[in-house]
Amino acid sequence: MPGLTIDRVGMIYQLPGGGEVEALKDVTFDLKPGEILTVLGPSGCGKTTLLNIVAGFLSPTSGKAVFGAGEISGPGPDRAKVDKLITGPGPERGMVFQQGALFEWMTVAENIGFGPKMKGVAQREINGVVERYLQTVGLKGFGEKAIYELSGGMQQRVALARCLANEPDLILMDEPLGALDALTREKMQGLILKIWNETGKTIALITHSVEEALFLGERVFVMAPRPGRIHKEYRLPFARRGLAESLRDIKVTDEFTEKREEILTLIWEMEEDIMGKAELADDMGGAPPGGGEKQGEHAAGVGGKEGGGL
Amino acid sequence: MNKLLAKLGLVKTGMEARKSVSFGDPEAAKGGLFWSIVSIVVILAVWSAAVAAELANPIFLPSPLDVLGQFKMVATDGFRGSTLWEHLAISLYRLLTGFVLGCLVGIPMGFSMGLSKITRGYFDPIVEFMRPIPPLALIPLSIIWLGIGDASKIFLLFLAALWVMVLAARSGVQSIRLSKIHAAYTLGASKKQVLTKVILPNALPEIFTGMRVAMGVCWGTLVAAELVGADAGIGFMITVAGKYLETALVFVGIIIIGIIGAIIDVGMRKLEAKMIPWKGKA
Ligand SMILES: Nc1ncnc2c1ncn2[C@@H]1O[C@H](COP(=O)(O)OP(=O)(O)O)[C@@H](O)[C@H]1O
Ligand SMILES: [Mg+2]
Repeated sequence: MPGLTIDRVGMIYQLPGGGEVEALKDVTFDLKPGEILTVLGPSGCGKTTLLNIVAGFLSPTSGKAVFGAGEISGPGPDRAKVDKLITGPGPERGMVFQQGALFEWMTVAENIGFGPKMKGVAQREINGVVERYLQTVGLKGFGEKAIYELSGGMQQRVALARCLANEPDLILMDEPLGALDALTREKMQGLILKIWNETGKTIALITHSVEEALFLGERVFVMAPRPGRIHKEYRLPFARRGLAESLRDIKVTDEFTEKREEILTLIWEMEEDIMGKAELADDMGGAPPGGGEKQGEHAAGVGGKEGGGL
Repeated sequence: MNKLLAKLGLVKTGMEARKSVSFGDPEAAKGGLFWSIVSIVVILAVWSAAVAAELANPIFLPSPLDVLGQFKMVATDGFRGSTLWEHLAISLYRLLTGFVLGCLVGIPMGFSMGLSKITRGYFDPIVEFMRPIPPLALIPLSIIWLGIGDASKIFLLFLAALWVMVLAARSGVQSIRLSKIHAAYTLGASKKQVLTKVILPNALPEIFTGMRVAMGVCWGTLVAAELVGADAGIGFMITVAGKYLETALVFVGIIIIGIIGAIIDVGMRKLEAKMIPWKGKA
C-alpha cells in the first residue's frame, strides 16, 4: 500500500480584496502505510487546507504532496512516473466530511454503493459490498432507510461506510465527529479504531478535541496558526492500546490524562501567544517582530517532556 | 364521530393532544379544515345577504345562484362558439405549453449558468435585462410578431416561466454544499456523473419551488394575454362578458381560474412531497 509524502508544502491564499493569508508554511512529513495520524490545532491554523491538498482539491503554492512514491508499473525508472504528485482528487484517497456530505436523495444503501456504482460494478456485487460495510459500521438492516431518518451519529457511520466501500488506501477525515454528542462520539472513536485495525488503512483525521486526537492518533500533530505549521509532533501508544482495551479505561489512566494536560497547556500557550501578538500588533499598528520565534521557544520548552513515559 | 372531528381539526389528537403549549407552535396552526369550511360558508352567506338586501345593483353584484345558473349555461350551451370547458381547455393548453417550454429551456440554461463562467457571463446580460420586464409589457410586441392566435400567448407564457426557471435552476445548482461535490469526486465519479447523480438531484427542491412560482406568474400572464387579443379562452370569456355587463359570467370565469389554480398548486405540492421527501429535513 502506498504512503504519503508532504514536502515543504506551503499555501498562500490570495484574498479577494488584495492581501494574503499564509495558511500553511513549510509543512513536511511522511505518513507510512497503515499509520493513523490525528491533527489538532486552533481554528484557522490550516488543518482543512492541508487535508484538501492531500485530497487533491487544492494545489499548494509551494512544495509538493506525493502519494504512492515507488509505485512502478512498467519498465524503466522514469522519475516522473515514480512520484505520484497529487494533482486532483482520486478514489485511492477517500474522504469523510463533517455532517451534510451524504446524498439525501439516495437511500443509505445507495449512498454506500455510490463509489462502486460509479465504477460500473455490477449491482449484485454492489449489494454484497453494501451489506458488508453496513455490518462493519453497525447499521445492518438500515440499508433502505432515507438519510434524513437517521441520527447524526448514524449518518456519520454511513459516511464512513461509503468511504470504505470505495476501498481507498488513505482515508482523510475532517472533523468527522465534530457535530456529535459526547457519548455517540466515543462510540464512533471506537469504531474508527476498529476499522483501522481490521482494514489496515492509512488514516489522517482532523479534530478539535484533544482527547480524540490522543485516543485515535498513533501520531499527533499539533498545528500552530499564522502561518499554519506543524508546531509539534507526538507519537503515542493509546491508539494501539485501544484495540485491546476499552476506551473508557484508557482515558482515565494517568498516562493519558498527563498527555492530555500537556497538549492542552501547549495549545493554551499558543492561544495566549496569538492573543498577545494581536494586542501587540494593535499597540504598534503593525506586525509584531519575531512573533514566530517566540512560539518556537514554547515548543522547545514543552517538547522536553515528550517521550517521557512512552 | 371523533375521527370526523379530528379531520375537521376540532379536537386535538396524537402528539398535539400531549402538548401543553400550542400558541406560537407552528404545528398547532395546521389542519383547521373546519374553519376553512366556515370561511367559505361565511363568504357565500355575506354575499347572498348583500344581494338579498339589494345593497348593490345586480349588474355589479349578481347573486351566488345567478352565478351558478350562468355556470350551468356556459357549461352546456357555451359562450361565443365554445363551451366553458372548451374555453378552459384552450387556456390550459396555452398555460401548460408555455410553462413546459419555459421549464425545458430555463432549467438547462440555469444549470449551465450555475456551472460555467462562460455561459454565466454570456447569459447574464440577457437574463438581467429581460427579467424585470413584466410579460404584459410584451403583449403588443408578441401580437405584432405572432398574431392573436395561440403562438403569441404561448410565447408570452414561455417568457414568463423562462426567467423564473433560469434563476431557480441556477440557484439550485449553486446551493450545493461543496463537500457533496468533493465526496462524489473522491468516490470516483466523473464530471458527468457528478452532474446527473449529485448536482441535478440536489437542485430539485429549488427547481420545484421555481415551478410553483412560475405557474403562478403564468396564470397571471395568461389571463392578461387573453384579455387583449384572443377569440377563445377563460381570459377572453371574462373580457367579453365584462364588455356586455354579464357580471355573473365574469364571476364564473374568476372562480374557475381560482379553483383550477389551487388544484394545480396542490397537485404540484403533492408531487413535490413524493419526489423530494428530503426537502427541509436535511
Ligand atoms: N478559500 C480561502 N480563501 C482565503 N482564505 C482562506 C480560504 N480557506 C481558508 N482560508 C484561511 O486560511 C486559514 C486556514 O484555514 P483552514 O485550513 O480552514 O483552517 P482550519 O481548518 O484549521 O480551521 C484561515 O485563516 C482561513 O481564514
Ligand atoms: Mg477546518
